[in-house]
Amino acid sequence: MVNRGRLWAIARKEAIQLRRDPRSLALAFLLPLFLIVFFGYAISFDVKDIRLGVLDYSQGPASRRLVESFQASGYFQVTRWFADPREMERALGRGLVRLALVIPPDFEGRLGSGRAAPLQLLLDGSDAATAAVAQNYAEAIVARFAAENTLRGMELRLPVEAEIRIWYNQTLESRNMVVPGLVAVIMSIIAAMLTALTIAREWERGTMEQLISTPVTRTEVVLGKLLPYMAIGLADVAAAITAGRFVFGVPLRGDLLLLAVLTLLFLVGALGVGMSISALVKSQLLATQAAIMLTYLPAILLSGFVFSISTMPWVLQAITHVVPARYYVAVTRGIFLKAVGAGVLWVDVVAMVLFAAAGLGLALAAFRKELG
Amino acid sequence: MVQAVEAVELTRRFGDFVAVDRVSFTVARGEVFGFLGPNGAGKTTTIKMLTGLLAPSSGTARVAGHDVVTDPRSVRQQLGYMSQLFSLYSDLTVEENIRLFAGLYGVTGKRYRERRDWVLEMAGLQEYRDRLTGELALGHKQRLALGCAVLHQPPILFLDEPTSGVDPISRRSFWELIYQLAREGTTVLVSTHYMDEAEYCYRLALMHRGRLIALDRPGALRRRVTVPILEVEVDDAARAVEVLAGVPGVLEAAMFGRRVHAMVEEESSGRKEVAERLAGAGLSVSAIRPVAPSLEDVFVALVRRSSGEGSW
Repeated sequence: MVNRGRLWAIARKEAIQLRRDPRSLALAFLLPLFLIVFFGYAISFDVKDIRLGVLDYSQGPASRRLVESFQASGYFQVTRWFADPREMERALGRGLVRLALVIPPDFEGRLGSGRAAPLQLLLDGSDAATAAVAQNYAEAIVARFAAENTLRGMELRLPVEAEIRIWYNQTLESRNMVVPGLVAVIMSIIAAMLTALTIAREWERGTMEQLISTPVTRTEVVLGKLLPYMAIGLADVAAAITAGRFVFGVPLRGDLLLLAVLTLLFLVGALGVGMSISALVKSQLLATQAAIMLTYLPAILLSGFVFSISTMPWVLQAITHVVPARYYVAVTRGIFLKAVGAGVLWVDVVAMVLFAAAGLGLALAAFRKELG
Repeated sequence: MVQAVEAVELTRRFGDFVAVDRVSFTVARGEVFGFLGPNGAGKTTTIKMLTGLLAPSSGTARVAGHDVVTDPRSVRQQLGYMSQLFSLYSDLTVEENIRLFAGLYGVTGKRYRERRDWVLEMAGLQEYRDRLTGELALGHKQRLALGCAVLHQPPILFLDEPTSGVDPISRRSFWELIYQLAREGTTVLVSTHYMDEAEYCYRLALMHRGRLIALDRPGALRRRVTVPILEVEVDDAARAVEVLAGVPGVLEAAMFGRRVHAMVEEESSGRKEVAERLAGAGLSVSAIRPVAPSLEDVFVALVRRSSGEGSW
């Protein structure tokens, strides 16, 4: 069915065209690089060095230790000492500090006599996400401080100690989650945008007609066009993995081969979708816009890459089930962070196989229709 | 002997519009067969159906013995096609384009090198083989497109207005190539709206509004015009055509470059009538002389006859 000579002729021509087109090259190589840097460095979903202001009425050794434990946690940085409540209010209002800690005058005395020693924490809620995280951190620090001070000087140890450990992402650093997810987003972009351009361009320039007048089959055209983009896609993934490992310190724990195979399947699916869009709209501009809407945006917004699927409204949650990137993000995170195999990821593996088949099928069907 | 091309009642509709209306003809092997007609006459649509690029709405066609609908792949291996618009890849070099189409037609190895060199020489592009195709002059592009279409030495070649936009000298040398291919046994089907080019064809299919209104050798077509034709040199040809419309004894008047061709019922009375009418309208006539009918006159006359306006 597929003639190797003709397949190769198409692939070769596509690779040459790609090499000579600055726009495609930028999409293929600069955009992924930008995304890696952007998501890896600039955007961190972690909260660190939250500016903290302290209004200390107590001025004792205990209050000083409490403030030190905030500072030592790494999550907070004490940037202001307030003399009175009005100064504190101003600083919070102007955003100079995100969090204010008020230590009452009798703090020392209550702590010493074993009574409850209340503290006041004022949070700037205008950045809700940061506020929520800051609140959790602050409560944890206070709780630990309370525990340490209640037990001090006593022989008694608590019979039960709750030990919470966080798996996979021990430091809870979002970067560890971002890098694997990023691989999925990069794949979606490469696939959709590049292929959206290739077939539409041929219709626009009239070269498709010349191509069709030869004995080449549509399968050969579709597969031949796929090959160079698959190579680029794999190169980009390799770059993302390397950057993850050596720049961001996110090691690939799982099976590289499994990751490569599933990546290829995802690529074929996404490239196929891009091509069918391209064959249907026949205009480079429209095809690019449609590709962004249909693949790139879902890959970023609905794949669980940025927003956790479990916290979405049920309608969106339902939609994510048909977003292939969702399964691929699960694949990359699973293999990267948990080193799981195909046995655990079987749902996602099936999803990748289905997606690849659907993508190819769509591309061939869309292409056939256009031949009239 | 199997005909190179055989079309029977070939029809193509686009919605309500009938682009090609029950067209039937055969083309013998080695013939240079022309489609002549204005834009929109259905020439391109006919060629697209014969090359398998467009499915007919009804009717059948066989090219090199293969049915274009049921066996398009066999048809495509037997033909070369050069479309109206330049449609090689502008961002590939001359040689890369040749190599691409060689690959698609299965021309490889020693034969590839021979054919590549033949195309480069034929198109005069030996020095430009590494030049991007988009940077070539139009005449060169067209010769390269022709070269790519015949890389695999197809028995049948389809050329859809191959010389549009090219200067007359390039057009003439392009036709020499077509003749050379025909001498070597290639059947050539070519569409054009240039009357002078049409003269080069062995047989001509005159198309008008999707219909085949005449099919014959150029000389025979010319003989179908039996009324005298007067060529009028006048200062304002467009106005002259308006003035002559509806004048008794003048069957048809049409612009012919900067002159006017008028078909008249009878030569001497017609001549007098034309001169008087134009002078009466304040136009300055420098010459009126009878001429042999050109293909354009034939076309005008046959269109008139097919629409039932005249009986000559």
